[in-house]
Amino acid sequence: MRPSLKYLLLVAPAALMIAVLFLYPLGFSLIAAFTNDARQLTFAHFSKVYALYSSDILFTLVIVLVSVALLAVISITLSAVITLSPCRPIVRMLGFLYRLPLFIPFIVAAQMMRTFLAKNGLMNNALVATDLFTPLETVSWLGWKGIIITFVWKQLAFATLLICGAMAALEQSQILAARNLGASRPRILFDIILPQVLPAIGVALVLSTVTMMSVLSVPLMIGVGTPTMMTVDMAFRVNSYGDYAVANALGVVSLLICGALSWFYLRHSLQQKGGE
Amino acid sequence: MKEATMTLPGTWLAKGRRKLSASLPLQTLLLLFMLLAMFGPLLNLLIWTVAESWFFPHALPSQWGLKYWYQVFSPYSDVSGSLLTSVFIAVLSVAVCLLISVPAGYALSRRGMPLRVLFMLLFLIPQAFPNLTVYMNIARLFYQWGLNGTVAGVVLVHSVHGLMYSVWICVAAFSAVDPLLARASRNLGAGPVYTFWHIVLPQASPGIIAASIFVFLESLDEFTGTFFVGAPDITTLPLLLYNASMSGNYQVSSITALILLVPSLLFMLVIHKFMRPEMLSKLGKG
Repeated sequence: MRPSLKYLLLVAPAALMIAVLFLYPLGFSLIAAFTNDARQLTFAHFSKVYALYSSDILFTLVIVLVSVALLAVISITLSAVITLSPCRPIVRMLGFLYRLPLFIPFIVAAQMMRTFLAKNGLMNNALVATDLFTPLETVSWLGWKGIIITFVWKQLAFATLLICGAMAALEQSQILAARNLGASRPRILFDIILPQVLPAIGVALVLSTVTMMSVLSVPLMIGVGTPTMMTVDMAFRVNSYGDYAVANALGVVSLLICGALSWFYLRHSLQQKGGE
Repeated sequence: MKEATMTLPGTWLAKGRRKLSASLPLQTLLLLFMLLAMFGPLLNLLIWTVAESWFFPHALPSQWGLKYWYQVFSPYSDVSGSLLTSVFIAVLSVAVCLLISVPAGYALSRRGMPLRVLFMLLFLIPQAFPNLTVYMNIARLFYQWGLNGTVAGVVLVHSVHGLMYSVWICVAAFSAVDPLLARASRNLGAGPVYTFWHIVLPQASPGIIAASIFVFLESLDEFTGTFFVGAPDITTLPLLLYNASMSGNYQVSSITALILLVPSLLFMLVIHKFMRPEMLSKLGKG
């Protein structure tokens, strides 16, 4: 037997598993979204999605975009401080702190936030204790604010790890040279570091978007009824009505949103490569 | 050499410390914010596990105690049952993943492997699509195949999810093996199978163990797939947490969350030593 054939046989089980249990259902969902019971092409499911869930789609889009924007700002700030700060204790502690949520599952994060952000949660109680609020002025942070906070809290570890890694892998001599020529720290960050780590930031944000679009537990546990995120609608459609067609149409919409963001990122990074 | 350049910023930045005195308070503020943001929710979770009654507008529980811990760890509680189910499913998922990804990882680390990049990309695909859509269609297929609500169905879903990590980690582990040792073993008359088991596999075992731990944790923490494929017949810990939380039993759900939290944090602390951000930077450039 030729060695290449032997290698193919060794990979076959793994490839087969991905094909049968991931690619096949994915294709299945695409077909189910566009066909009716008689297996004819139809857009009826999408008009139903538009009629029933357009506000939820908008809600999802806003949540994801706001979360990604916040995520970008906080993780870049953290990475920049970790890379540029001269104060070693602060760097070491930040480096430890941001990693904490890395392997914490979303459902545990959701449970923590469900109690932490509630009207009677520790956050409000702490604010009351510092006399910033009276107990009657406190509001529950659950709902869209809570979902965003939970997403950012959980994804921060992953995004910062990628961005911080990219910054640490940069040529240190460039930063030294800029420093010697009198550049300030913000200037080094914006003119030298950020342009070079842009691909890592893009990857971190696109992967975070995909993750946020597929998490079910956080909107279920932190959300408060309507409007809600598309993942909840999909689960509801399947579990309550057994309506796979509309659920799959919603799935296609969420794929399109992820696809659009990835395309935006790819186009941006290709343009940059073309410009160089 | 690499380490030497890494320590340089510390020295040159130390010289410019005077200029930075203004930004130091800002950095301390950031540190304080991160401390509160990271430990606040954790602290709230811990308080709930030992709160027997806690009502608005009390800032802290009015009654503390371990009542719910006894309840959770009594042999007849749902939690011990789901813990066993969860661990059982996680162990089986690890077994399935290793059985499939060790040969795949070995083959993909060889130079003679055809279409190598294509296969590596294939194993990345599950990370690139929102997987909820896939899970609900898997549930529909499993319903036809009679796998819905069975341990086997849940194990399969968890294995697909873990496969990406285990294949990639196994490829890295086998790529790091010294090829000269395997050749020496063959020259001394050992067969290919003997060489694989006694020379190649032991060298790759740290990576394979890491992959196993990763798959185990991923399976233990998985919610969405189990929600579609396993519920309501199979109750893993995340599903129990969800049900307890939605029915307002915050004590039981917090204790369950803590059970899931401890291995995640331990794993993070263990690899904190080994995982430097610089290693991951290649991902971003890929």
